[in-house]
Amino acid sequence: MPMHLEIVTAEKVVLSEEVDQINAPTRDGQIGVLPRHEPLMTILKPGEMTIIKNGERIPFAVSGGFMEVLSNRVIILADTVERADEIDEARAERSRALAEERLKNAQTDRDIAMAEIKLRKEVVRLQVAQMKNIRRQ
Amino acid sequence: MASSREIKRRIRSVKNVAQITRAMEMVAASKMRRAQRNVLAARPYADRMRDLIGELTVRVVGSAKKGSLLEQRSQVRRVGLIIVTPDRGLCGSLIANVVRRAARFILDQRAMGREVDVFTYGKKGRDFILRSGYTLAGEMVKIGDAPKIEDILGVAIEAVKGFESGRYDELYIVYSEYINTLVQRATIKQLAPVEAPTPASGARADFTYEPSQEEVLSEVLPRYVESQIYQAILESIASFYSAQMVAMRNATKSAKDLVKDLTLTFNKARQAAITKEVSEIASGAAALAE
Repeated sequence: MPMHLEIVTAEKVVLSEEVDQINAPTRDGQIGVLPRHEPLMTILKPGEMTIIKNGERIPFAVSGGFMEVLSNRVIILADTVERADEIDEARAERSRALAEERLKNAQTDRDIAMAEIKLRKEVVRLQVAQMKNIRRQ
Repeated sequence: MASSREIKRRIRSVKNVAQITRAMEMVAASKMRRAQRNVLAARPYADRMRDLIGELTVRVVGSAKKGSLLEQRSQVRRVGLIIVTPDRGLCGSLIANVVRRAARFILDQRAMGREVDVFTYGKKGRDFILRSGYTLAGEMVKIGDAPKIEDILGVAIEAVKGFESGRYDELYIVYSEYINTLVQRATIKQLAPVEAPTPASGARADFTYEPSQEEVLSEVLPRYVESQIYQAILESIASFYSAQMVAMRNATKSAKDLVKDLTLTFNKARQAAITKEVSEIASGAAALAE
């Protein structure tokens, strides 16, 4: 019996479909959610999230947010989320370097805060992109 | 009366203007539709966050602790105000309305003995504040048509941190609320302290919170405020394009009316010239015949 997953960001509803399992990085560690999980509200940390659907694994890079589980409905309120196979590794690396550079040059509190957010996101993207490669080998 | 050549030239230039305003109208219309979609797409996130806060504030005892975005301060000394305007003009009275609302708010707050720190999104609001001789606590320009939330977080975080650290005792945002294509209203909204909504359903007592309800709440609150700021910016963009579309439609119509008037004047001038010539010839012929 599948459960319904909805991934929502501040910009839009990214995904809304039936899935069999969700593995997500929470602040207390990686957890797996199957249908009929107990109701749960938890904080996500930056990392890799995978969805299993009809035996297929779909990896995502998530930069933080919340996951709410109701027996057969899961809502993920993500800060940013991206499908791993849509991440271009070389470009992710460049973005990370750029973000790092910007953090170094940041003067005001605001610039620092902005650069930190960007850098954290880019690091996760890169990690997820690389993890995907490792598994393929 | 102006010479017919001059009138002809004016007609041509007014027609050119009409062409440009017509093109701008169509561009604004298509951008408006996209901006509207973005506003709607961003709603589920903010709605879910609001529900969550409602559920949590009922549950968490003493949630309004010091530095929390829920904390009601007994004495308000300084408030933060975020003004959201477009970067460009040619949008009717939209900017003037927002700016007037903001100015009234600042004066009201001062009359109550409170200091106001101003943050701005958009070039027009910033220019207004600088022209009035106020100082800016933070600003962002060149927002674009469809910003991502991370693009606009800088100023938002600064304002939120200002509240959490106790520098600001209240936070407000003034922006142009998108009601429909014809109506946009300059609106002021309180961002912090967050007014906890009443939860939609009470049947959630069996929830497990990890790591804890307090921690979830303290993570949700700043994101909620940030998403409200984001939403205001999206609405402001949608308002801008609707207002521009309407303004450009009116401009096109005025230009067409003007062309009509000028054509009439031109024809009258031409007719007058012909009549004059005919009568000159006639009187010339009459003089010869004598």
